[in-house]
Amino acid sequence: MAATWKRKRIDLGPWAFVAPALLWTAAFFVAPFIVMAVVSLWERVGTDLIASWTFANYLKFFERGHFLQAMVNSLEVTAIVTVTSIVLAYPFAWIIAEKVPARWQRLALVLAILPFWTSYVVRSYSWLLVLANNGIINQALLGIGLVDEPLDLANSRTATVIGFVHFFVMLLTLTIYANLVQLSPNYRKAAADLGAGPLRTFWHVVLPLTLPGIMVGAFLTFVLCIGDYITPQVLGGNNELLMPQVIMLQIGRRADFPTASALAILLMIVVTIAYLGFARWIRLERA
Amino acid sequence: MIRKPWRQLPSVLYALAIYGFIFLPVVVLVLFSFQDGRFPIPPLKGLSLRWYEAVWNDGRLMEALANSIAVAVGSSLTAVLLGFLSAYGLARFKLPAKGLQRALLTAPLTVSYLIIGMGLLITFNAVGIPKSLVAAGIGHVVINMPLCFAIIYSQMGDHQANIERAARDLGAREWQVITLVTAPMLWPALFASFFLSMTFSWDEFIISFLLTRFDVTLPVEIWSLLRSGLNPKTNAVGSVVFGISVVLVIVLELVVFRKGRRS
Repeated sequence: MAATWKRKRIDLGPWAFVAPALLWTAAFFVAPFIVMAVVSLWERVGTDLIASWTFANYLKFFERGHFLQAMVNSLEVTAIVTVTSIVLAYPFAWIIAEKVPARWQRLALVLAILPFWTSYVVRSYSWLLVLANNGIINQALLGIGLVDEPLDLANSRTATVIGFVHFFVMLLTLTIYANLVQLSPNYRKAAADLGAGPLRTFWHVVLPLTLPGIMVGAFLTFVLCIGDYITPQVLGGNNELLMPQVIMLQIGRRADFPTASALAILLMIVVTIAYLGFARWIRLERA
Repeated sequence: MIRKPWRQLPSVLYALAIYGFIFLPVVVLVLFSFQDGRFPIPPLKGLSLRWYEAVWNDGRLMEALANSIAVAVGSSLTAVLLGFLSAYGLARFKLPAKGLQRALLTAPLTVSYLIIGMGLLITFNAVGIPKSLVAAGIGHVVINMPLCFAIIYSQMGDHQANIERAARDLGAREWQVITLVTAPMLWPALFASFFLSMTFSWDEFIISFLLTRFDVTLPVEIWSLLRSGLNPKTNAVGSVVFGISVVLVIVLELVVFRKGRRS
């Protein structure tokens, strides 16, 4: 009896389990990527797409100032957001891990990331409410007489950065906290025994040990931030465009898939370079 | 510490400031969804539920809400099923190039949604598949399956393999082992990946925006509401979406993580 069952098991073949997921990924992730790469080499004449092999779309990126400018804007905003978010989130995560009594830490953390779950679109809209000319911040500033006329907070790079930082402070608090609580207290005790004060212990022991975690969070922030369309579109105003906005303009207004594909691939290359940079850094720190 | 409570003051103030920053937009959003006036900005003219009523009576919004739920449930079930099967296959059988297969299955995690959506848009365009909720659902499976695979794969330990082996020795067929032994043992991981997929799909904008046309999901419908500027109706629907997401998160927290820790 047992032998027959066993033979049936082998007949089924292990590929049957893995194949559906592999085929799905191949059909709806790998193939579209190849199609995109091919289309990026096509030409668009009038409203027709002509299959060809040309790097014209990539050259356009370097020739036309506004494409290059969008990439520079994206990199600048992403860098500002990543650094600001880490600087704000680290002390916050540290306070939750060190100062909040253990039984309340989970609640403190759940509260800290609750607004994380507001819808992406709605979150940016909410910041528009807060920062608008007649929004709550300007009303408050006018009310206490700090300013005479409303500040132009919304529709600017500042607004985009605030919207992003809000999201990533929550994300980074989570990852940095996870890192801090994993640290064995023995390291700190050892440092104290060897005569280091709290500040020296933090600078020479705690911070280096949590650096890999910070870098992972920083990379996550970089990837999610540089690829996001909603936040700059809702909050950024019309003065400057970021890469995802430029890509969406090619698709939406002009149906120019070749240019959009080339720009998307250039964006991916930038992300890959960033990944290589971060990966080396993280590995060096662990060694 | 207790002798010098003033030394804790900077920590307390800093934490309160960050909590304030984090909650400010949500509080403003929810508070002014009850605005008894035409603009969701100060002063608060009184509390009313009229904008929730307006959302309830808005056929397009309610339809989009139903679409979003359908896409979230359908794509999450597919993602969990495919993720579970592939995790089982890779964890339990000898297969060639396992590292490559794992890398391929998790690769979509590193690519931004915009690029995944665009690739699908161009491909579907070329093949002649029209924009639809199904197309958006396919995209949601692409972004959520790697997550389901990673979560479930990480939970497949050796002690479970031994129990599965015991079941086979006792005469269970492969499909019986999976449905009666493996899946029940892994249910916290299955549940967690399902609810995470639900929240991500529920929230996802750009792929749905690119791949749907007439029937749209809720984030896309909210997006078109934004064109009308600041409007308490947007606050009301935003608050509803937030409420639903919070309920999903609380369910996840209570059912999965509490039980998972105990067992």
